Amino acid sequence: MASPPATSTTTTPTGPATTTGTSTKATRLLGAAAIVGIVWLAAFGLGFSPADANQRESVRILYVHVPSAWLAYLAFFVTAVASGIYLFSKKHSLGWDRLAGASAEVGVLFMGITLVVGALWGRLTWGVFWEWDARLTSTAFMFVTYVGYLTVRRLGGTHQQRARRSAVLALLAVLEIPLVHWSVKLWRSLHQEATVLRPDGDVKMNGLMLFTLFVGVIAFTLMYMWLVIHRQRTMAAEDALDDAGLDLAIADRKAERA
Amino acid sequence: MTATLRIAWLVARKDLRVEWHSRVALNQILPFAAITMVLFAFAVDRLPAAPGDVDTVLVQLAPGLASLGTVFSLLLLVQRTFAVESEDGALDALRAAGVDATAVFWGKTLAMWIQLAILSALLLGTAVVIYGIEVRWSGVVLLVTTWLTATFGLAAVGTLYGGLAAGARGRETLLPLLLLPVVAPVLIGATRAVEAALGTGGTAIADGWPWVGVVAVFAVAFGAGGTLAFGPLIDE
Amino acid sequence: MIAMEDAGFIIGSYIVTFGAVGAYAVWVLRRARRVTSRLPDDAKPWT
Repeated sequence: MASPPATSTTTTPTGPATTTGTSTKATRLLGAAAIVGIVWLAAFGLGFSPADANQRESVRILYVHVPSAWLAYLAFFVTAVASGIYLFSKKHSLGWDRLAGASAEVGVLFMGITLVVGALWGRLTWGVFWEWDARLTSTAFMFVTYVGYLTVRRLGGTHQQRARRSAVLALLAVLEIPLVHWSVKLWRSLHQEATVLRPDGDVKMNGLMLFTLFVGVIAFTLMYMWLVIHRQRTMAAEDALDDAGLDLAIADRKAERA
Repeated sequence: MTATLRIAWLVARKDLRVEWHSRVALNQILPFAAITMVLFAFAVDRLPAAPGDVDTVLVQLAPGLASLGTVFSLLLLVQRTFAVESEDGALDALRAAGVDATAVFWGKTLAMWIQLAILSALLLGTAVVIYGIEVRWSGVVLLVTTWLTATFGLAAVGTLYGGLAAGARGRETLLPLLLLPVVAPVLIGATRAVEAALGTGGTAIADGWPWVGVVAVFAVAFGAGGTLAFGPLIDE
Repeated sequence: MIAMEDAGFIIGSYIVTFGAVGAYAVWVLRRARRVTSRLPDDAKPWT
């Protein structure tokens, strides 16, 4: 039996670096599908779908605004679930932490888009960029909360420390966001102003409009998946680089002492 | 269970004793909060009341301003209590000595509750005096209940998030970013309840109790959340 | 007929949406390229 060759005791990955980037055949396919979805959405949203009886052309904004909001909520839900799995599973595998982080980042992006586009829509339909209604206010709070989450991820320390801190924060967010939403809703119900018509409140969707919304959801879901996969792989690479850097530093120190 | 309570009480006494000897809350945070109440008066008092209003605009805003002042005080208190722990690694030493994290959470929350309650009462008292509010004694039960529940909820959430940010760089600016969205329910609920208790703006006392409910739910939620989450957080 | 100001907001919304997503996508891909160029292949489980 040949004895195994003497190898270094560090975990530095060795071998050639032949590929760059985080793309694979699957993600290229996904990306192509996402682009098709975007074009399809633009075509139907801006062109083929009809104007609404009440809102006329401004209803077209709904087809990007609502899907981005829904996908943002989905993204934060994924963050919460991944955080829970990281925290409560035995292995505490960092892959779950990175998924949580990547999904939260995309969620913040989509939520930011939701707020900006919502403001544009509000300007068009109500004449004001902002309104203190329950949903808008809660959404703004949610946005700030997850910006805070992303900031906490950058606090430094070991990867496990980062993972634990962010996981706890994500689960606390699941606790506090409904609470905030509920109190804001109660607060606004106090101010029974003359019914302010919410843009998506008075839209009666016919078949084609519903279909366009459906296209929007598909397009955004594809975008979400593509973005999260790439972001998560990049995070994995960054973590590996961190570890490799540490291993190299340790190896250097050992070499110095020898 | 009783060991945890006993340790919690010891931790609380330690925190209170630190404050008693250093008097940071008394000498720095209280004057800061009082000054903000005065500054609010400068900023607000210029506005004329709407016709038909019994109270001036400042009096109508007073419950909200007092709540805001309390929240600002919370931020400073949390910074202070965890700065004390981070210096010389006191919190790490506690953990290394095998002290139950839950006990530490309850101890620090208790101490923070007591300090915040005192600060908050003084703030409201200042508002009553300098804004010229007529206190309605029939609303005292509501007022006291709100005061105790709200300050407890704030103390719990402050201890929890303070533990999260403890020892982290940039925590002075991180803590407000994390805490302020979270305390919105208390701000909303406590303000409406105090309004009802004092009768500013013509609010009835009965209107205030549902808002106390909101604050109570918050307090329970974060008392429980903190009990569960504090351990993993400070287990670095 | 779409009123001219309306069109601006509507098309602007689509541009903001896809523009922001596109900009983020470009950033992610660039960062990915930068980070993985120094990393050997066995650290990349997706390859």
